[in-house]
Amino acid sequence: MILLTVFAYGPLVANALLSLTSWNLLSRSRAFVALANYERLLADPRFPLVLKNTAIYAAGVVSVSLVLGLALALLLERRLAGHGFYRTVVFAPYVTSLAAVALVWIWIFDPRFGVINSVLRSLLIPAPGWLTNPSWALLAVCIVAVWHTAGYMMVIFLAGLQNVPPVLHEAARIDGASATRAFWHITLPLLSPVAFFLTVTGLIVSVQLFDVVSVMTHGGPVDSTNVLAFYLYHRGFELFELGYASAIGMVLFVVVMLLTVMQVAAARYWVHYG
Amino acid sequence: MASQSSVPSIAATSVATAASAGAVVIETPAPPGSLQRTALRPVVILPLVGRSARHFVAIAVTILFGFPLVWMLSTSLKTGPEVFILPPRWIPWSFQVENYGYVWASPLFQRYLLNSVITVSATVLLQAVTVPTAAYAFAILRFPGRDVLFVLFLGAMMIPVQATIFPSFLLLSALRWVDTYLALTIPFGASAFGVFLLRQAFLSVPQDLVDAAKMDGARHLQILLQVLVPIARPMLLTFLLLSATWRWNDYFWPLVMTATPEMRTLPVGVAFLHSSEGPSRWHIVTAASVITIAPTLLLFAALQRQFVDGLTRTGIKG
Repeated sequence: MILLTVFAYGPLVANALLSLTSWNLLSRSRAFVALANYERLLADPRFPLVLKNTAIYAAGVVSVSLVLGLALALLLERRLAGHGFYRTVVFAPYVTSLAAVALVWIWIFDPRFGVINSVLRSLLIPAPGWLTNPSWALLAVCIVAVWHTAGYMMVIFLAGLQNVPPVLHEAARIDGASATRAFWHITLPLLSPVAFFLTVTGLIVSVQLFDVVSVMTHGGPVDSTNVLAFYLYHRGFELFELGYASAIGMVLFVVVMLLTVMQVAAARYWVHYG
Repeated sequence: MASQSSVPSIAATSVATAASAGAVVIETPAPPGSLQRTALRPVVILPLVGRSARHFVAIAVTILFGFPLVWMLSTSLKTGPEVFILPPRWIPWSFQVENYGYVWASPLFQRYLLNSVITVSATVLLQAVTVPTAAYAFAILRFPGRDVLFVLFLGAMMIPVQATIFPSFLLLSALRWVDTYLALTIPFGASAFGVFLLRQAFLSVPQDLVDAAKMDGARHLQILLQVLVPIARPMLLTFLLLSATWRWNDYFWPLVMTATPEMRTLPVGVAFLHSSEGPSRWHIVTAASVITIAPTLLLFAALQRQFVDGLTRTGIKG
Protein backbone atom coordinates (compact mmCIF):
# COMPACT_ATOMS: atom_id res chain seq x y z
CA MET A 1 0.00 0.00 0.00
CA ILE A 2 2.75 2.37 0.93
CA LEU A 3 4.59 1.15 -2.09
CA LEU A 4 1.67 2.12 -4.20
CA THR A 5 1.60 5.63 -2.91
CA VAL A 6 5.28 5.98 -3.45
CA PHE A 7 4.88 4.76 -6.96
CA ALA A 8 2.18 7.26 -7.56
CA TYR A 9 4.27 9.98 -6.08
CA GLY A 10 7.33 9.21 -8.09
CA PRO A 11 6.29 10.78 -11.36
CA LEU A 12 4.44 13.51 -9.55
CA VAL A 13 7.41 14.45 -7.48
CA ALA A 14 9.59 14.29 -10.54
CA ASN A 15 7.28 16.67 -12.26
CA ALA A 16 7.19 19.00 -9.34
CA LEU A 17 10.94 18.84 -8.96
CA LEU A 18 11.43 19.57 -12.60
CA SER A 19 9.43 22.69 -12.22
CA LEU A 20 11.07 23.66 -8.99
CA THR A 21 14.55 23.38 -10.39
CA SER A 22 13.72 26.05 -12.87
CA TRP A 23 13.56 28.57 -10.13
CA ASN A 24 17.21 28.30 -9.29
CA LEU A 25 18.93 27.08 -12.37
CA LEU A 26 17.29 29.15 -15.00
CA SER A 27 19.46 32.17 -15.13
CA ARG A 28 22.68 30.29 -15.52
CA SER A 29 24.60 29.66 -18.65
CA ARG A 30 27.81 27.63 -18.68
CA ALA A 31 29.62 30.22 -16.68
CA PHE A 32 27.59 31.64 -13.91
CA VAL A 33 26.99 35.14 -15.12
CA ALA A 34 24.58 36.13 -12.43
CA LEU A 35 22.24 38.77 -13.61
CA ALA A 36 24.07 39.59 -16.81
CA ASN A 37 21.42 37.85 -18.85
CA TYR A 38 18.74 40.01 -17.36
CA GLU A 39 20.71 43.14 -18.04
CA ARG A 40 21.04 42.05 -21.59
CA LEU A 41 17.36 41.38 -21.72
CA LEU A 42 16.50 44.84 -20.55
CA ALA A 43 18.82 46.35 -23.10
CA ASP A 44 17.57 44.14 -25.90
CA PRO A 45 15.77 46.28 -28.46
CA ARG A 46 13.57 43.41 -29.51
CA PHE A 47 12.35 42.60 -26.04
CA PRO A 48 9.96 45.53 -25.54
CA LEU A 49 8.45 44.71 -28.89
CA VAL A 50 8.03 41.10 -27.90
CA LEU A 51 6.37 42.16 -24.67
CA LYS A 52 4.14 44.56 -26.49
CA ASN A 53 3.09 41.96 -29.01
CA THR A 54 2.34 39.48 -26.29
CA ALA A 55 0.33 42.01 -24.33
CA ILE A 56 -1.69 43.19 -27.31
CA TYR A 57 -2.34 39.66 -28.39
CA ALA A 58 -3.36 38.47 -24.93
CA ALA A 59 -5.59 41.42 -24.19
CA GLY A 60 -7.17 41.35 -27.60
CA VAL A 61 -7.82 37.66 -27.80
CA VAL A 62 -9.13 37.30 -24.27
CA SER A 63 -11.47 40.26 -24.46
CA VAL A 64 -12.90 39.34 -27.82
CA SER A 65 -13.25 35.64 -27.00
CA LEU A 66 -14.90 36.50 -23.72
CA VAL A 67 -17.49 38.76 -25.25
CA LEU A 68 -18.02 36.44 -28.16
CA GLY A 69 -18.28 33.43 -25.87
CA LEU A 70 -20.87 35.13 -23.73
CA ALA A 71 -22.84 36.37 -26.72
CA LEU A 72 -22.83 32.90 -28.20
CA ALA A 73 -23.85 31.31 -24.92
CA LEU A 74 -26.81 33.66 -24.76
CA LEU A 75 -27.66 33.26 -28.41
CA LEU A 76 -27.42 29.53 -28.70
CA GLU A 77 -29.57 28.68 -25.76
CA ARG A 78 -31.77 25.72 -25.43
CA ARG A 79 -34.94 27.11 -26.91
CA LEU A 80 -33.34 27.77 -30.25
CA ALA A 81 -33.89 25.00 -32.75
CA GLY A 82 -30.63 23.35 -33.68
CA HIS A 83 -28.76 24.88 -30.78
CA GLY A 84 -26.89 21.66 -30.23
CA PHE A 85 -25.53 21.68 -33.74
CA TYR A 86 -24.51 25.32 -33.60
CA ARG A 87 -22.78 24.84 -30.29
CA THR A 88 -20.89 21.85 -31.59
CA VAL A 89 -19.60 23.74 -34.59
CA VAL A 90 -18.52 26.68 -32.49
CA PHE A 91 -16.73 24.49 -29.99
CA ALA A 92 -15.12 22.06 -32.44
CA PRO A 93 -12.08 24.24 -33.18
CA TYR A 94 -11.02 23.92 -29.56
CA VAL A 95 -10.28 20.20 -29.84
CA THR A 96 -8.24 20.53 -32.99
CA SER A 97 -4.50 20.74 -33.04
CA LEU A 98 -3.54 24.39 -33.38
CA ALA A 99 -0.45 23.52 -35.32
CA ALA A 100 -2.37 21.52 -37.90
CA VAL A 101 -5.10 24.07 -38.45
CA ALA A 102 -2.69 26.99 -38.40
CA LEU A 103 -1.33 25.59 -41.64
CA VAL A 104 -4.70 25.85 -43.27
CA TRP A 105 -5.11 29.33 -41.92
CA ILE A 106 -1.93 30.33 -43.70
CA TRP A 107 -3.64 29.35 -46.88
CA ILE A 108 -6.88 31.03 -45.90
CA PHE A 109 -5.00 34.24 -45.27
CA ASP A 110 -3.05 34.04 -48.49
CA PRO A 111 -3.16 37.54 -50.00
CA ARG A 112 -3.77 36.42 -53.53
CA PHE A 113 -5.51 33.10 -53.42
CA GLY A 114 -6.94 32.91 -49.94
CA VAL A 115 -10.62 32.72 -49.19
CA ILE A 116 -10.73 35.75 -46.98
CA ASN A 117 -9.24 38.11 -49.49
CA SER A 118 -11.41 36.76 -52.25
CA VAL A 119 -14.48 37.48 -50.21
CA LEU A 120 -13.21 40.91 -49.30
CA ARG A 121 -12.43 41.72 -52.89
CA SER A 122 -15.84 40.64 -54.04
CA LEU A 123 -17.27 43.03 -51.49
CA LEU A 124 -14.95 45.70 -52.84
CA ILE A 125 -13.16 46.03 -49.52
CA PRO A 126 -9.39 46.48 -49.73
CA ALA A 127 -7.74 43.16 -49.06
CA PRO A 128 -4.77 43.41 -46.69
CA GLY A 129 -1.59 41.40 -46.97
CA TRP A 130 -2.27 39.57 -43.71
CA LEU A 131 0.74 37.43 -42.90
CA THR A 132 3.01 39.33 -45.25
CA ASN A 133 2.19 42.66 -43.74
CA PRO A 134 3.69 43.61 -40.36
CA SER A 135 0.67 45.67 -39.47
CA TRP A 136 -1.75 42.86 -40.06
CA ALA A 137 0.08 39.70 -39.12
CA LEU A 138 -0.67 39.96 -35.43
CA LEU A 139 -4.32 40.47 -36.19
CA ALA A 140 -4.31 37.32 -38.26
CA VAL A 141 -2.81 35.39 -35.37
CA CYS A 142 -5.42 36.88 -33.04
CA ILE A 143 -8.21 35.82 -35.34
CA VAL A 144 -7.02 32.24 -35.33
CA ALA A 145 -6.79 32.30 -31.55
CA VAL A 146 -10.26 33.73 -31.08
CA TRP A 147 -11.65 31.15 -33.48
CA HIS A 148 -10.02 28.44 -31.44
CA THR A 149 -10.99 29.71 -28.01
CA ALA A 150 -14.41 31.33 -28.22
CA GLY A 151 -16.16 27.99 -28.22
CA TYR A 152 -14.50 27.02 -24.98
CA MET A 153 -15.56 30.26 -23.34
CA MET A 154 -19.06 29.74 -24.63
CA VAL A 155 -19.23 26.34 -23.01
CA ILE A 156 -18.06 27.64 -19.67
CA PHE A 157 -20.50 30.51 -19.82
CA LEU A 158 -23.28 28.12 -20.63
CA ALA A 159 -22.50 26.21 -17.47
CA GLY A 160 -22.36 29.46 -15.54
CA LEU A 161 -25.70 30.57 -16.90
CA GLN A 162 -27.22 27.33 -15.70
CA ASN A 163 -26.33 28.34 -12.20
CA VAL A 164 -28.30 31.56 -12.28
CA PRO A 165 -31.38 30.83 -10.21
CA PRO A 166 -34.55 31.51 -12.18
CA VAL A 167 -36.16 32.71 -8.99
CA LEU A 168 -34.19 35.90 -9.17
CA HIS A 169 -35.35 36.65 -12.66
CA GLU A 170 -38.88 35.94 -11.70
CA ALA A 171 -38.68 38.29 -8.79
CA ALA A 172 -37.31 40.95 -11.07
CA ARG A 173 -40.06 40.42 -13.55
CA ILE A 174 -42.69 40.67 -10.91
CA ASP A 175 -41.12 43.88 -9.82
CA GLY A 176 -41.55 45.10 -13.35
CA ALA A 177 -37.95 45.17 -14.47
CA SER A 178 -37.33 45.11 -18.17
CA ALA A 179 -35.41 42.24 -19.67
CA THR A 180 -32.32 44.29 -20.37
CA ARG A 181 -32.22 45.55 -16.84
CA ALA A 182 -32.65 42.02 -15.59
CA PHE A 183 -29.67 41.00 -17.64
CA TRP A 184 -27.42 43.77 -16.49
CA HIS A 185 -28.30 43.63 -12.87
CA ILE A 186 -28.86 39.95 -12.25
CA THR A 187 -27.27 37.74 -14.85
CA LEU A 188 -24.13 39.69 -15.42
CA PRO A 189 -23.14 40.11 -11.79
CA LEU A 190 -23.77 36.43 -11.13
CA LEU A 191 -21.66 35.55 -14.12
CA SER A 192 -18.80 37.73 -13.06
CA PRO A 193 -16.90 35.02 -11.18
CA VAL A 194 -17.02 32.89 -14.28
CA ALA A 195 -16.02 35.79 -16.45
CA PHE A 196 -13.18 36.61 -14.14
CA PHE A 197 -11.95 33.05 -14.08
CA LEU A 198 -12.04 32.91 -17.87
CA THR A 199 -10.23 36.21 -18.13
CA VAL A 200 -7.37 35.22 -15.92
CA THR A 201 -6.94 31.73 -17.25
CA GLY A 202 -7.35 33.08 -20.75
CA LEU A 203 -4.55 35.53 -20.14
CA ILE A 204 -2.37 32.83 -18.63
CA VAL A 205 -2.84 30.67 -21.68
CA SER A 206 -2.44 33.55 -24.09
CA VAL A 207 0.91 34.70 -22.85
CA GLN A 208 2.17 31.20 -23.57
CA LEU A 209 1.20 31.36 -27.21
CA PHE A 210 3.59 29.43 -29.33
CA ASP A 211 2.03 27.00 -31.79
CA VAL A 212 0.35 29.44 -34.11
CA VAL A 213 3.31 31.79 -34.26
CA SER A 214 5.77 29.01 -34.86
CA VAL A 215 3.76 27.52 -37.67
CA MET A 216 2.26 30.56 -39.31
CA THR A 217 4.72 33.39 -39.05
CA HIS A 218 7.85 32.29 -37.23
CA GLY A 219 7.73 35.56 -35.39
CA GLY A 220 7.69 37.73 -38.44
CA PRO A 221 7.30 39.61 -40.54
CA VAL A 222 9.85 41.89 -38.92
CA ASP A 223 9.12 40.57 -35.44
CA SER A 224 5.54 41.78 -35.56
CA THR A 225 4.22 38.51 -34.23
CA ASN A 226 7.14 37.69 -32.00
CA VAL A 227 5.66 36.80 -28.65
CA LEU A 228 7.29 35.83 -25.38
CA ALA A 229 7.09 32.09 -25.72
CA PHE A 230 8.29 32.14 -29.26
CA TYR A 231 11.14 34.51 -28.56
CA LEU A 232 12.17 32.15 -25.79
CA TYR A 233 12.19 29.24 -28.19
CA HIS A 234 14.01 31.20 -30.84
CA ARG A 235 16.74 32.31 -28.51
CA GLY A 236 17.05 28.99 -26.80
CA PHE A 237 16.64 26.39 -29.47
CA GLU A 238 17.48 28.24 -32.62
CA LEU A 239 20.23 30.50 -31.44
CA PHE A 240 21.19 28.22 -28.57
CA GLU A 241 21.56 30.98 -26.07
CA LEU A 242 20.15 28.91 -23.28
CA GLY A 243 20.97 31.24 -20.45
CA TYR A 244 19.44 34.20 -22.16
CA ALA A 245 16.37 32.25 -23.14
CA SER A 246 15.99 31.07 -19.58
CA ALA A 247 15.87 34.66 -18.45
CA ILE A 248 12.98 35.14 -20.86
CA GLY A 249 11.43 32.07 -19.36
CA MET A 250 11.61 33.60 -15.92
CA VAL A 251 9.83 36.68 -17.16
CA LEU A 252 7.09 34.50 -18.53
CA PHE A 253 6.93 32.63 -15.28
CA VAL A 254 6.61 35.81 -13.26
CA VAL A 255 3.81 37.04 -15.48
CA VAL A 256 1.91 33.80 -15.10
CA MET A 257 2.49 33.74 -11.36
CA LEU A 258 1.12 37.23 -11.00
CA LEU A 259 -1.95 36.26 -12.94
CA THR A 260 -2.36 33.08 -10.92
CA VAL A 261 -2.10 34.93 -7.64
CA MET A 262 -4.75 37.35 -8.87
CA GLN A 263 -6.93 34.37 -9.67
CA VAL A 264 -6.50 32.71 -6.29
CA ALA A 265 -7.00 35.91 -4.36
CA ALA A 266 -10.12 36.71 -6.28
CA ALA A 267 -11.44 33.18 -5.89
CA ARG A 268 -11.45 33.64 -2.14
CA TYR A 269 -13.35 36.83 -2.59
CA TRP A 270 -15.92 35.32 -4.87
CA VAL A 271 -16.59 32.38 -2.63
CA HIS A 272 -17.91 34.73 -0.03
CA TYR A 273 -19.76 36.64 -2.65
CA GLY A 274 -21.87 33.66 -3.69
CA MET B 1 -43.76 42.52 -21.70
CA ALA B 2 -46.06 40.09 -23.39
CA SER B 3 -46.85 37.86 -20.50
CA GLN B 4 -49.86 39.00 -18.56
CA SER B 5 -49.88 36.62 -15.70
CA SER B 6 -47.83 37.27 -12.62
CA VAL B 7 -48.75 34.10 -10.87
CA PRO B 8 -45.65 31.99 -10.25
CA SER B 9 -47.02 28.73 -11.59
CA ILE B 10 -47.15 29.71 -15.24
CA ALA B 11 -48.22 27.33 -17.94
CA ALA B 12 -46.09 26.65 -20.95
CA THR B 13 -48.29 28.64 -23.29
CA SER B 14 -47.63 32.02 -21.80
CA VAL B 15 -43.97 31.15 -21.82
CA ALA B 16 -44.19 30.54 -25.53
CA THR B 17 -45.96 33.83 -26.16
CA ALA B 18 -43.39 35.66 -24.20
CA ALA B 19 -40.65 33.91 -26.12
CA SER B 20 -41.94 34.90 -29.52
CA ALA B 21 -42.05 38.49 -28.40
CA GLY B 22 -38.43 38.11 -27.39
CA ALA B 23 -39.13 38.96 -23.79
CA VAL B 24 -37.43 37.54 -20.76
CA VAL B 25 -38.61 34.00 -20.34
CA ILE B 26 -38.28 31.85 -17.34
CA GLU B 27 -39.69 28.43 -16.73
CA THR B 28 -40.53 28.56 -13.12
CA PRO B 29 -39.66 25.65 -10.89
CA ALA B 30 -42.41 23.07 -10.85
CA PRO B 31 -44.73 23.27 -7.88
CA PRO B 32 -43.67 21.12 -4.97
CA GLY B 33 -44.59 17.52 -5.37
CA SER B 34 -44.30 17.41 -9.12
CA LEU B 35 -41.33 16.19 -11.06
CA GLN B 36 -38.34 18.31 -10.26
CA ARG B 37 -36.76 19.15 -13.56
CA THR B 38 -33.89 20.88 -11.92
CA ALA B 39 -31.38 19.42 -14.30
CA LEU B 40 -32.96 21.18 -17.24
CA ARG B 41 -33.32 24.68 -15.94
CA PRO B 42 -33.30 26.84 -19.00
CA VAL B 43 -31.42 29.98 -19.55
CA VAL B 44 -32.58 33.53 -19.93
CA ILE B 45 -33.18 34.80 -23.42
CA LEU B 46 -32.07 38.22 -24.32
CA PRO B 47 -34.71 40.34 -25.95
CA LEU B 48 -32.27 41.66 -28.44
CA VAL B 49 -33.53 39.97 -31.54
CA GLY B 50 -36.65 38.22 -32.66
CA ARG B 51 -36.73 34.52 -33.30
CA SER B 52 -35.88 34.47 -36.94
CA ALA B 53 -33.15 37.04 -36.55
CA ARG B 54 -31.64 34.74 -33.96
CA HIS B 55 -31.58 31.90 -36.41
CA PHE B 56 -29.97 34.09 -38.96
CA VAL B 57 -27.25 35.16 -36.59
CA ALA B 58 -26.76 31.61 -35.39
CA ILE B 59 -26.30 30.39 -38.93
CA ALA B 60 -23.92 33.23 -39.74
CA VAL B 61 -21.87 32.41 -36.68
CA THR B 62 -21.80 28.75 -37.57
CA ILE B 63 -20.51 29.57 -41.01
CA LEU B 64 -17.82 31.80 -39.56
CA PHE B 65 -16.64 29.15 -37.17
CA GLY B 66 -17.07 26.22 -39.47
CA PHE B 67 -15.64 27.49 -42.70
CA PRO B 68 -11.96 26.88 -41.94
CA LEU B 69 -12.51 23.21 -41.30
CA VAL B 70 -14.78 22.85 -44.29
CA TRP B 71 -12.29 24.71 -46.42
CA MET B 72 -9.57 22.45 -45.15
CA LEU B 73 -11.51 19.43 -46.26
CA SER B 74 -12.37 20.98 -49.57
CA THR B 75 -8.79 21.93 -50.36
CA SER B 76 -7.59 18.49 -49.44
CA LEU B 77 -9.75 17.00 -52.17
CA LYS B 78 -8.56 19.19 -54.98
CA THR B 79 -5.81 18.69 -57.49
CA GLY B 80 -2.67 20.79 -57.22
CA PRO B 81 -3.53 23.39 -59.82
CA GLU B 82 -7.18 23.45 -58.85
CA VAL B 83 -6.21 24.81 -55.47
CA PHE B 84 -5.11 28.04 -57.10
CA ILE B 85 -8.18 28.77 -59.16
CA LEU B 86 -9.61 32.20 -58.62
CA PRO B 87 -12.19 32.82 -57.34
CA PRO B 88 -11.75 29.93 -54.95
CA ARG B 89 -14.15 27.08 -55.37
CA TRP B 90 -15.72 25.36 -52.44
CA ILE B 91 -16.62 22.12 -54.08
CA PRO B 92 -13.73 20.34 -55.71
CA TRP B 93 -14.14 19.46 -59.33
CA SER B 94 -13.07 15.92 -58.80
CA PHE B 95 -12.77 14.37 -55.40
CA GLN B 96 -9.08 13.70 -55.26
CA VAL B 97 -9.05 11.08 -52.60
CA GLU B 98 -5.64 10.22 -54.01
CA ASN B 99 -4.22 13.09 -51.98
CA TYR B 100 -4.98 11.15 -48.87
CA GLY B 101 -3.48 8.08 -50.42
CA TYR B 102 -0.33 10.01 -51.15
CA VAL B 103 -0.06 11.29 -47.61
CA TRP B 104 -0.92 7.95 -46.14
CA ALA B 105 1.65 6.14 -48.21
CA SER B 106 4.46 8.40 -47.16
CA PRO B 107 6.63 6.39 -44.77
CA LEU B 108 7.57 9.48 -42.82
CA PHE B 109 3.94 10.37 -42.30
CA GLN B 110 3.17 6.86 -41.19
CA ARG B 111 5.93 7.27 -38.68
CA TYR B 112 4.46 10.52 -37.40
CA LEU B 113 1.11 8.88 -36.98
CA LEU B 114 2.63 5.90 -35.23
CA ASN B 115 4.57 8.15 -32.89
CA SER B 116 1.50 10.10 -31.95
CA VAL B 117 -0.53 6.99 -31.34
CA ILE B 118 2.17 5.34 -29.28
CA THR B 119 3.03 8.33 -27.16
CA VAL B 120 -0.55 9.33 -26.47
CA SER B 121 -1.63 5.79 -25.63
CA ALA B 122 1.35 5.21 -23.39
CA THR B 123 0.86 8.49 -21.60
CA VAL B 124 -2.82 7.93 -21.04
CA LEU B 125 -2.20 4.42 -19.77
CA LEU B 126 0.41 5.74 -17.39
CA GLN B 127 -1.93 8.38 -16.17
CA ALA B 128 -4.68 5.83 -15.67
CA VAL B 129 -2.41 4.20 -13.15
CA THR B 130 -0.76 7.15 -11.44
CA VAL B 131 -3.69 9.50 -11.20
CA PRO B 132 -6.06 7.28 -9.24
CA THR B 133 -3.32 6.13 -6.90
CA ALA B 134 -2.15 9.65 -6.24
CA ALA B 135 -5.71 10.86 -5.80
CA TYR B 136 -6.25 8.04 -3.38
CA ALA B 137 -3.21 9.11 -1.43
CA PHE B 138 -4.33 12.68 -1.25
CA ALA B 139 -7.95 11.96 -0.55
CA ILE B 140 -8.09 8.93 1.67
CA LEU B 141 -4.76 8.28 3.22
CA ARG B 142 -3.58 10.25 6.14
CA PHE B 143 0.01 11.17 6.67
CA PRO B 144 1.86 14.19 7.99
CA GLY B 145 2.25 16.99 5.54
CA ARG B 146 -0.33 15.60 3.18
CA ASP B 147 -2.18 18.80 2.58
CA VAL B 148 0.91 20.92 2.30
CA LEU B 149 2.26 18.53 -0.25
CA PHE B 150 -0.96 18.71 -2.16
CA VAL B 151 -0.87 22.46 -2.37
CA LEU B 152 2.74 22.37 -3.49
CA PHE B 153 1.85 19.84 -6.02
CA LEU B 154 -1.04 21.88 -7.33
CA GLY B 155 1.33 24.77 -7.63
CA ALA B 156 3.37 22.76 -10.06
CA MET B 157 0.32 22.74 -12.27
CA MET B 158 0.48 26.49 -12.62
CA ILE B 159 3.97 26.72 -13.96
CA PRO B 160 4.06 27.42 -17.68
CA VAL B 161 5.91 24.83 -19.66
CA GLN B 162 8.22 27.40 -21.21
CA ALA B 163 9.59 28.33 -17.83
CA THR B 164 10.91 24.85 -17.24
CA ILE B 165 11.63 23.69 -20.74
CA PHE B 166 15.35 24.34 -20.61
CA PRO B 167 16.15 22.51 -17.41
CA SER B 168 13.81 19.78 -18.54
CA PHE B 169 15.62 19.51 -21.82
CA LEU B 170 18.98 19.41 -20.15
CA LEU B 171 17.82 16.80 -17.70
CA LEU B 172 16.30 14.60 -20.35
CA SER B 173 19.35 15.06 -22.51
CA ALA B 174 21.54 13.84 -19.72
CA LEU B 175 19.27 10.83 -19.33
CA ARG B 176 19.52 10.23 -23.05
CA TRP B 177 15.79 10.27 -23.30
CA VAL B 178 15.61 13.06 -25.83
CA ASP B 179 14.50 11.93 -29.24
CA THR B 180 12.98 8.77 -27.83
CA TYR B 181 9.48 7.91 -26.77
CA LEU B 182 10.57 8.27 -23.18
CA ALA B 183 10.89 12.02 -23.30
CA LEU B 184 7.52 12.26 -24.95
CA THR B 185 5.63 10.12 -22.47
CA ILE B 186 7.18 9.84 -19.04
CA PRO B 187 7.10 13.53 -18.12
CA PHE B 188 3.39 13.45 -18.73
CA GLY B 189 2.86 10.22 -16.88
CA ALA B 190 1.48 12.07 -13.94
CA SER B 191 -1.02 14.83 -14.19
CA ALA B 192 -1.63 17.29 -11.43
CA PHE B 193 -4.87 18.29 -13.03
CA GLY B 194 -6.03 14.71 -13.15
CA VAL B 195 -5.15 14.11 -9.54
CA PHE B 196 -6.99 17.24 -8.59
CA LEU B 197 -10.13 16.16 -10.43
CA LEU B 198 -10.08 12.63 -9.18
CA ARG B 199 -9.39 13.62 -5.64
CA GLN B 200 -12.53 15.73 -5.76
CA ALA B 201 -14.43 12.72 -6.97
CA PHE B 202 -13.01 10.46 -4.28
CA LEU B 203 -13.78 12.98 -1.60
CA SER B 204 -17.38 13.01 -2.62
CA VAL B 205 -17.75 9.31 -2.03
CA PRO B 206 -19.61 8.71 1.22
CA GLN B 207 -17.22 7.88 3.99
CA ASP B 208 -19.41 4.96 5.04
CA LEU B 209 -18.56 3.02 1.94
CA VAL B 210 -14.87 3.39 2.54
CA ASP B 211 -15.24 2.55 6.21
CA ALA B 212 -17.32 -0.50 5.44
CA ALA B 213 -14.68 -1.74 3.06
CA LYS B 214 -11.98 -1.18 5.63
CA MET B 215 -13.95 -3.05 8.21
CA ASP B 216 -14.27 -5.94 5.83
CA GLY B 217 -10.52 -6.03 5.91
CA ALA B 218 -9.91 -4.64 2.46
CA ARG B 219 -6.42 -3.48 1.68
CA HIS B 220 -5.79 -0.11 0.11
CA LEU B 221 -5.52 -1.39 -3.37
CA GLN B 222 -8.80 -3.22 -3.05
CA ILE B 223 -10.57 -0.19 -1.69
CA LEU B 224 -9.25 1.82 -4.52
CA LEU B 225 -10.09 -0.56 -7.28
CA GLN B 226 -13.32 -2.00 -6.07
CA VAL B 227 -14.96 0.90 -4.35
CA LEU B 228 -13.60 4.25 -5.38
CA VAL B 229 -12.69 3.82 -8.99
CA PRO B 230 -16.03 2.37 -10.07
CA ILE B 231 -17.83 5.28 -8.49
CA ALA B 232 -15.48 7.85 -9.91
CA ARG B 233 -15.17 6.19 -13.26
CA PRO B 234 -17.01 8.90 -15.28
CA MET B 235 -14.68 11.52 -13.92
CA LEU B 236 -11.64 9.42 -14.62
CA LEU B 237 -12.73 8.66 -18.15
CA THR B 238 -13.54 12.27 -18.82
CA PHE B 239 -10.14 13.30 -17.61
CA LEU B 240 -8.36 10.67 -19.68
CA LEU B 241 -10.31 11.81 -22.70
CA LEU B 242 -9.29 15.42 -22.24
CA SER B 243 -5.76 14.40 -21.49
CA ALA B 244 -5.55 12.31 -24.62
CA THR B 245 -6.76 15.25 -26.67
CA TRP B 246 -4.22 17.59 -25.17
CA ARG B 247 -1.37 15.15 -25.64
CA TRP B 248 -2.34 14.48 -29.21
CA ASN B 249 -2.47 18.16 -30.04
CA ASP B 250 0.72 19.10 -28.23
CA TYR B 251 3.20 20.88 -30.42
CA PHE B 252 5.77 22.67 -28.29
CA TRP B 253 7.04 19.79 -26.22
CA PRO B 254 7.47 17.30 -29.07
CA LEU B 255 9.06 20.03 -31.15
CA VAL B 256 11.69 20.59 -28.51
CA MET B 257 12.17 16.99 -27.52
CA THR B 258 12.65 15.46 -30.94
CA ALA B 259 15.67 15.87 -33.11
CA THR B 260 15.25 13.39 -35.91
CA PRO B 261 12.28 13.45 -38.26
CA GLU B 262 11.47 9.85 -37.44
CA MET B 263 10.52 10.65 -33.87
CA ARG B 264 8.19 13.53 -34.53
CA THR B 265 4.57 13.43 -33.57
CA LEU B 266 1.81 14.37 -35.95
CA PRO B 267 1.39 18.08 -35.22
CA VAL B 268 5.12 18.66 -35.47
CA GLY B 269 5.47 16.42 -38.46
CA VAL B 270 2.68 18.10 -40.36
CA ALA B 271 4.20 21.50 -39.72
CA PHE B 272 7.47 20.27 -41.17
CA LEU B 273 5.61 18.72 -44.02
CA HIS B 274 4.49 22.15 -44.99
CA SER B 275 8.02 23.34 -45.51
CA SER B 276 9.31 20.12 -47.01
CA GLU B 277 6.54 19.62 -49.50
CA GLY B 278 6.90 23.17 -50.61
CA PRO B 279 4.57 25.94 -49.54
CA SER B 280 2.27 25.56 -52.47
CA ARG B 281 1.29 21.94 -52.19
CA TRP B 282 -1.78 22.83 -50.23
CA HIS B 283 -3.82 19.89 -51.34
CA ILE B 284 -1.31 17.59 -49.74
CA VAL B 285 -0.74 19.64 -46.63
CA THR B 286 -4.43 20.02 -45.92
CA ALA B 287 -4.97 16.31 -46.38
CA ALA B 288 -2.28 15.69 -43.77
CA SER B 289 -3.88 18.26 -41.48
CA VAL B 290 -7.26 16.65 -41.83
CA ILE B 291 -5.82 13.30 -40.83
CA THR B 292 -4.20 15.01 -37.85
CA ILE B 293 -7.33 16.60 -36.50
CA ALA B 294 -9.72 13.84 -37.43
CA PRO B 295 -9.17 11.62 -34.36
CA THR B 296 -9.80 14.36 -31.84
CA LEU B 297 -12.76 15.68 -33.77
CA LEU B 298 -14.30 12.25 -34.03
CA LEU B 299 -13.68 11.61 -30.38
CA PHE B 300 -15.32 14.88 -29.58
CA ALA B 301 -18.29 14.20 -31.81
CA ALA B 302 -18.86 10.87 -30.14
CA LEU B 303 -18.31 11.96 -26.57
CA GLN B 304 -19.38 15.57 -26.49
CA ARG B 305 -21.00 15.37 -23.14
CA GLN B 306 -17.83 14.12 -21.48
CA PHE B 307 -15.73 16.82 -23.07
CA VAL B 308 -18.03 19.59 -22.01
CA ASP B 309 -18.47 18.11 -18.57
CA GLY B 310 -14.76 17.82 -17.97
CA LEU B 311 -13.95 21.27 -19.21
CA THR B 312 -16.70 22.83 -17.20
CA ARG B 313 -15.28 21.38 -14.08
CA THR B 314 -12.13 23.34 -14.62
CA GLY B 315 -14.16 26.49 -14.52
CA ILE B 316 -16.80 26.21 -11.94
CA LYS B 317 -15.40 26.11 -8.48
CA GLY B 318 -17.78 26.15 -5.58
